Amino acid sequence: MWKFIVRRLLITFPQIILLSVLIFLMAQAMPGDALTGVIDPNVSLEEKEELRERLGLNAPWHEKYADWVGGIVQGDFGQSFRFKMPVTELLEQRLMNSFWLSLMTLLFTYLMAIPLGIISGRYNDTLLDSSITGYTYLGFATPLFIFALVMLWVFGYQLGWFPTSGSVTPGLEPGSMEYVISKFNHLLLPALSMALIQTVSTVQYLRSEIVDTKQKEFVITARAKGASESRVYNKHIFRNSLLPIAAFFGYEISFLISGTIFVEKIFGYPGMGLLFLESILLRDYSVVNAVVLIFGVAAILGALLSDIILSIVDPRIRIK
Amino acid sequence: MSNKLLELKNLKTSFQIGDEYYAAVDDVTLTVNKNEVLGIVGESGSGKSALAFSVMGLHTRAKIEGNILFNGKDIANITPQELNRLRGDELAMIFQDPLTALNPLMEIGDQIAETLILHNQNMSQKARKERVIELLNMVGIPRPEYVYEQFPHELSGGMRQRVVIAIAIANQPELLIADEPTTALDVTIQAQILDLIRKLKNDMHSGVILITHDLGVVAEMADRIAVMYAGQIVEVADVHTLFENPKHPYTRSLLNSVPADGQDKLHVIQGIVPALQNLPREGCRFSERIPWIDATHHEVNPVLHEVTPGHFVRCTCHKHFYFPDKTKEAELHGNSRS
Repeated sequence: MWKFIVRRLLITFPQIILLSVLIFLMAQAMPGDALTGVIDPNVSLEEKEELRERLGLNAPWHEKYADWVGGIVQGDFGQSFRFKMPVTELLEQRLMNSFWLSLMTLLFTYLMAIPLGIISGRYNDTLLDSSITGYTYLGFATPLFIFALVMLWVFGYQLGWFPTSGSVTPGLEPGSMEYVISKFNHLLLPALSMALIQTVSTVQYLRSEIVDTKQKEFVITARAKGASESRVYNKHIFRNSLLPIAAFFGYEISFLISGTIFVEKIFGYPGMGLLFLESILLRDYSVVNAVVLIFGVAAILGALLSDIILSIVDPRIRIK
Repeated sequence: MSNKLLELKNLKTSFQIGDEYYAAVDDVTLTVNKNEVLGIVGESGSGKSALAFSVMGLHTRAKIEGNILFNGKDIANITPQELNRLRGDELAMIFQDPLTALNPLMEIGDQIAETLILHNQNMSQKARKERVIELLNMVGIPRPEYVYEQFPHELSGGMRQRVVIAIAIANQPELLIADEPTTALDVTIQAQILDLIRKLKNDMHSGVILITHDLGVVAEMADRIAVMYAGQIVEVADVHTLFENPKHPYTRSLLNSVPADGQDKLHVIQGIVPALQNLPREGCRFSERIPWIDATHHEVNPVLHEVTPGHFVRCTCHKHFYFPDKTKEAELHGNSRS
């Protein structure tokens, strides 16, 4: 199994390098550069050209790319012209917020998907299954941004159960118990809104996988051994049905990223998604580049993680 | 003490299609004695597997009527808990396709050990492992310690069938049902697997129900043979009687379809086994496939008649049956193969 993981890791590096090249080239293709907007309009064209030469902006793309990547490796993503601070510092705060939001969403997603999928698959074509399937169709049909707005309106404004924006109540001491609880409280509603929509695809996958697996012959073998129905489900059907869920995990991360962009905007939650939207609107390119790169790396790592999980669960894909 | 291990009395297994129930196994009365191999033969769709599944209680959505007496106790309608105590212990089954009959994510050893765990919680882990290795040895798997930790996809079809057999015999069952155990295997492996089943049966003195559509297999293995057609038993006899003196038109047609020396044309039984929904509700079910026999020769409600002691034939049409083309059967009987 270790061989498989090492080999899989080796593939990841070229993927990340290719991703960075693509992002860099696309950023290069965008009109304007650092001297187009930020600079005093009285500076003459000749002086600008001289500055460009001096700052290395006229260098061929691969030199500029090497410069950019060299900075990233040392933790330098450049300067945000809007926040007037290093992008790295800006990202640090946002990244942790988004990380917790994603983690919480994933947790809720699977906490809902696994029991619902199992019930729905085990008792398929019953009233219970129809209600769960009905919910999944509703979930598929409902756009996340509408649903999140409704949740915010009902539970945030009407019932007042949850805070309506931000990631923590201002004025609390970081590290104190109140601070942690407040952070958690701010996370709940956005994470729940996202999970309620995200979970439906996993429920559907799990359901159809269980319906499929329970007709397999090895299930009959298990019954013929004298295994009880609950044992048949827990030991034989469930584990075999988890394979596609594990395979799907990587994509789940990508959906999560696109989901956080809407949800963070709606809930005013200062994470990467919100930063991404703001930076695009304000043409803060160094930030956009950094955020896109991080999103891309997260998706690649998600796929890596799901392959590793799969290799643990399924002996057939291990390399001997 | 009675020698009867399993007695089926008017067993009827029906499946719901639309609003109606259709019987895949209809009015089957059979016995299996201890230390006996009962062969069940018939075409695909004749209800052989449905019968086996009924005995094992493996149908999930079927209506089962009649009695299944196992050691004198009716197991047709017992609770799932009672059934689970029997299955894998006294009742065991070998499945048709070894490629799909094993859990792909579980080690071979664990799959065999599961049967032991389910019926004997007191066994120590060490004893259990020893027993699994012993079983792997018994079914002729080389390097059992190594195979113990392998996964099904690492074994060949024949090896997997041996594992399936090891699972079935783990607790020395009194009744072993083998549902086409060699159909998915190639011919060289077939003979090995059949030898293995026979050897195990002799060691354990179990009753065996061998389901197959291969007449050669039953001729070699079975003590008695039941021929099934469209869910019914049409003929039961011991193996010699059935091959020497087959009565029912279906049995005769089956035997006539086996190639023989110097024969250039095979006999073909016209038509196919009718689908479950299209089974004739009354009359001789085989009549449609022997249309040249006058309808008046069939019984209105065909029952099994004992023609000689222990030899049962359904319907009276066998008395008037002949093959329209004088092919093999005539030759065979001319050949005086005693």
